[in-house]
Amino acid sequence: MPNPLISLLIGLALLALLAALFWPDRGFFLRWQQARRMSARVLREDALKYLYTHELEGRAVTLQSLAGEMGVSLDQAAQLLGEMTQLGLMETHDGAYALTPTGREVAVQVLRAHRLWERYLSEHSGYSEEEWHARADQAEHLLAPDEVDALAQQLGDPRFDPHGDPIPTAAGETPRLETKPLTHLNPGDLARIIHLEDQPELVYAQLVAEGLHPGMEILVVDKTPQRVRFLSRGNEHVLAPILAANVFVTPIPKEQAEGAIHPWGETLTSLHPGEEAEIVAVSRTMHPAERHRLLDLGVLPGARVRAEFESPLGEPVAYFIRGALIALRNDQAEKIFVRKMTPAPSGNGDKRDVALIREDA
Amino acid sequence: MNPQEDVKTRGPKLPITPPPAGASCATCPVHNLANLQKLGVDMTDWDFVVALAGNPNTGKSTVFNALTGLKQHTGNWPGKTVTRAEGGFEYGGHRYKLVDLPGAYSLLATSLDEEIARDFILFGQPDVTIVVVDATRLERNLNLTLQVMQITDRVVIALNLMDEARRKGIQIDDRRLARDLGVPVAPMAARQGEGIPELLQAVDDVANGRVAVRPPRIQIRSPQVRKALETLTPLVEAAFPGLPNAQWVALRLLDGDQNIIKAVESGELGDLHIGVVEEDRITQPISIAQTMDIDPAEWRERILRLLETASRLRWEIGTDFHEQIVTDIFAEASRIASRAVTMPGEKPRFDLDRTIDRIVTHRVWGFPIMIGLFALIFWITITGANYPSQLLSTLLIGHVYPWLKAGAAAIGLPWWLSGLLIDGAYLSTAWVVSVMLPPMAIFFPLFTLLEDLGYLPRLAFNLDELFHKAGAHGKQSLSMMMGFGCNAAGVISTRIIDSPRERLIAIITNNFALCNGRWPLQILIATLFIGALAPPYLAGIISAAAVVGVALLGVLLTFLVSFFLSRTMLRGEVSTFTLELPPYRPPRILQTIYTSLIDRTVYVLWRAVIFAAPAGLIIWILANVTVAGQPVATHIVGWLNPVGILIGLNGVILLAYVVAIPANELVIPVILMLTLLMVGAPVGADGSATLIEVENMDELMQIFQLGGWTLLTAVNLMLFSLIHNPCSTTIYTIYKETGSRKWTTVAALLPLALGFLITFFVAQLWRLAAMWTG
Repeated sequence: MPNPLISLLIGLALLALLAALFWPDRGFFLRWQQARRMSARVLREDALKYLYTHELEGRAVTLQSLAGEMGVSLDQAAQLLGEMTQLGLMETHDGAYALTPTGREVAVQVLRAHRLWERYLSEHSGYSEEEWHARADQAEHLLAPDEVDALAQQLGDPRFDPHGDPIPTAAGETPRLETKPLTHLNPGDLARIIHLEDQPELVYAQLVAEGLHPGMEILVVDKTPQRVRFLSRGNEHVLAPILAANVFVTPIPKEQAEGAIHPWGETLTSLHPGEEAEIVAVSRTMHPAERHRLLDLGVLPGARVRAEFESPLGEPVAYFIRGALIALRNDQAEKIFVRKMTPAPSGNGDKRDVALIREDA
Repeated sequence: MNPQEDVKTRGPKLPITPPPAGASCATCPVHNLANLQKLGVDMTDWDFVVALAGNPNTGKSTVFNALTGLKQHTGNWPGKTVTRAEGGFEYGGHRYKLVDLPGAYSLLATSLDEEIARDFILFGQPDVTIVVVDATRLERNLNLTLQVMQITDRVVIALNLMDEARRKGIQIDDRRLARDLGVPVAPMAARQGEGIPELLQAVDDVANGRVAVRPPRIQIRSPQVRKALETLTPLVEAAFPGLPNAQWVALRLLDGDQNIIKAVESGELGDLHIGVVEEDRITQPISIAQTMDIDPAEWRERILRLLETASRLRWEIGTDFHEQIVTDIFAEASRIASRAVTMPGEKPRFDLDRTIDRIVTHRVWGFPIMIGLFALIFWITITGANYPSQLLSTLLIGHVYPWLKAGAAAIGLPWWLSGLLIDGAYLSTAWVVSVMLPPMAIFFPLFTLLEDLGYLPRLAFNLDELFHKAGAHGKQSLSMMMGFGCNAAGVISTRIIDSPRERLIAIITNNFALCNGRWPLQILIATLFIGALAPPYLAGIISAAAVVGVALLGVLLTFLVSFFLSRTMLRGEVSTFTLELPPYRPPRILQTIYTSLIDRTVYVLWRAVIFAAPAGLIIWILANVTVAGQPVATHIVGWLNPVGILIGLNGVILLAYVVAIPANELVIPVILMLTLLMVGAPVGADGSATLIEVENMDELMQIFQLGGWTLLTAVNLMLFSLIHNPCSTTIYTIYKETGSRKWTTVAALLPLALGFLITFFVAQLWRLAAMWTG
């Protein structure tokens, strides 16, 4: 029998080695895999994609912004642009960078792969929203064209990615979305946020901190040279023009703008057992698969909900919805917005019931 | 009341009229034979095919059993692992085949079950689709009903659970409902057999075209979708004239449904309204065009235009298409329900369901009730199984076995053949059956009773937060409990978890629930080694505590491994949470015992027997075939010994676990046999090595001491018995349920690796401690 101390140490060492190699996100093996993917082609494709999206939105690209986006030095960015010009992917007119038709074609296909993969992750994976973009940034370079087509088919040839951006078709066509900066809207205009410009980073961070994200429906209330004031889900936002100019929007008809005007108000978690409410909205930040499932169960705007009782551990809570008792966890319930019902006038059986339950609780 | 008899006596006898020729025939079957064949439904000997759809928990299977009189046959949907039930009945001189579709909340094909139900109705084109509807939650159920009616007109509503509705004071105007829905509605209480004749009559009426069905069309409110439909629906109608569900097809095309796009391209869709089966029509669009008197080229042109237009329009309808459609369907459902249902004016003062809920989910009482209930179930199982187990063992091993041996000797069977068949295959099968059958036959019906009662979803509700923290689903508590009976049955029961990630977690970790095949070993070793450490008056309690401790360690590992899996390997799988708490229903004891015996006990036992018999053969060969003067087993034990000793076990135990993969019940007898073999004292009637049963505790202890066992061996054996690969029945079931080699391998190897790891570290620490103290 081997010495127990020695075999114990060997065992621990082996375990530590395995952990170091395969630890999620930080393991050597996974990092090595990632590094291998960062080839020259990947850099080129990323640059093309950057040029293309800016071209679509009619914004100019500078060497600085490209270098910032790619996370490379100015010298490296210049070298990259030189390579791409040599390969006939782009050209320079009077100091402005422009894609050649070939370059545009490549860029569109990369963008298509990226957005399709985001859509795939949003519907068929459990990764959270923050991870979609980073994962798609890797996948877009790894998918072969026929794999991209097969993916599109499996997903039902979707038209939009989960952020509301159009997915180019196999033939490379993308509808040109009419976007304009928020500063161009007038009081009373309804619009949807399409894009938040992520350069400069300082401005972008402020927009995110304000809680803005693509897909939000807004109603402009007031505009002065000093500020733009607008409503979204009943919440008021005020932006300085320098910030508002980095928010790109598209006007929407009135029917689609319920989210802008109606306050979303309280969430389902605020209901105490016995209290009743009407659902106002189911947040889009809920995972699409989860959202579909709840919609099919009738958890929809307009439905009435009554909180019934809690689990002994506090979570989940049973809600009475359309004649059925459905248990929801708090992380689900806080994505469902409700308007509480005012208790009916006295003498009504419902109210007495509510009072009774409150005594219980 | 036997519904079968009822049908024969009360059903009107109608003369069977020969169906007139042509597609316009109103009384002849409309189902699509060729597509049904593709869906795996054989229509030989049947006139009509009836599909049974409905939300989960509406009493769909009760209706199914009431119609078919339990004469069902279960099969799998081709290429998919969802089982389905098929049955038949006769009414009005026609033979009906009844196909039970998977329970679904919706047909928008977001899950496999929904896709199967949808495809069956769309492509199989059943003559009648019965939608079972829960009268107490009409609005929610009408969502599915309205979706079914967008695909087929030939619908009959079975308005079930009328008794519950009456009890709750809910009044339903079924005539109004029938008028609003445009299809027959049969109010019923299937558990009591109430309303079955009316349902049969309605099915017969619709199948034979005696009633006109005209379901409502859904009003689409979204202006963009409406505009898109206005353009697209005429194009669908032009490509497939007479199609009954053109608007629905147009909606699916707008949603980019690949199945529908394929069906349009191939012309398969066109078969829906033609209803005549000719092989070439299904695969070749040209021949469809010919029957419609259209130039094939022009038909092709129409199809292309249709698909192109659909593809273009999809840019305009926006991203929340699904939500818009569901909203519109629910608006319609809500409108119809509010006209048909009168809720009780005054809320009843005493709501029994809610009162029970408040007690069983009470902050203070919830858990004691739960623990008490399960302690009771385990107590009944263990004490109740004792006597029949011994009886079976005496019968099968004490009497039948010697009798077989004598018989074999009498007819002059060669020693190796009688050894192989009787000492090998028979003995191990008999062993497994006598250990396994009685506890299962008690545990499963008790568990099913709780399930029927509606208590189990509350259990999941109470425990969900614990599982949530581990990244799992509260319903996993149910599959875990089931796993204490049998891991294979536990794996099957994970079907109730409809979220892919959580279901995989429940499947992979089910093995950590100490199944009933492993209890005997735990109890034996704990009594011999751990109970013996304590003073005699405490021995019983200490050894029982040791077994419960091992079981609780299994529960702890379930949580830890679930936590690990949900954050690493399974992070990318889709995760959703839904838990519906159905109303309490009085269980029907006899029916429950019958179905739980059929569904669970017999299934598991049959699998075990299939695997145990070959294992018996191998055990016998290992112990009795000699190579170089030694039995094969001796050589293998020699090779395994270094590894076994390193992890605090020995080669005999490891070999026992290899040959006992088919059934863990065999571990102890194999260990005893091999230990005696190793010390050169084979026991058997004729001097060969066979499985042995030792009743006397002192004798047992002597055998283990001969094998060089220490307290460490005992502790690690108990640990290894909890943490090792699942038995072959369970592995096979995992493969069937996941359909994935990858996950089956993970489920088999992960616990094994963990078992080696844990026993290794326990052994080294134990020996270190021994070195320092000694």
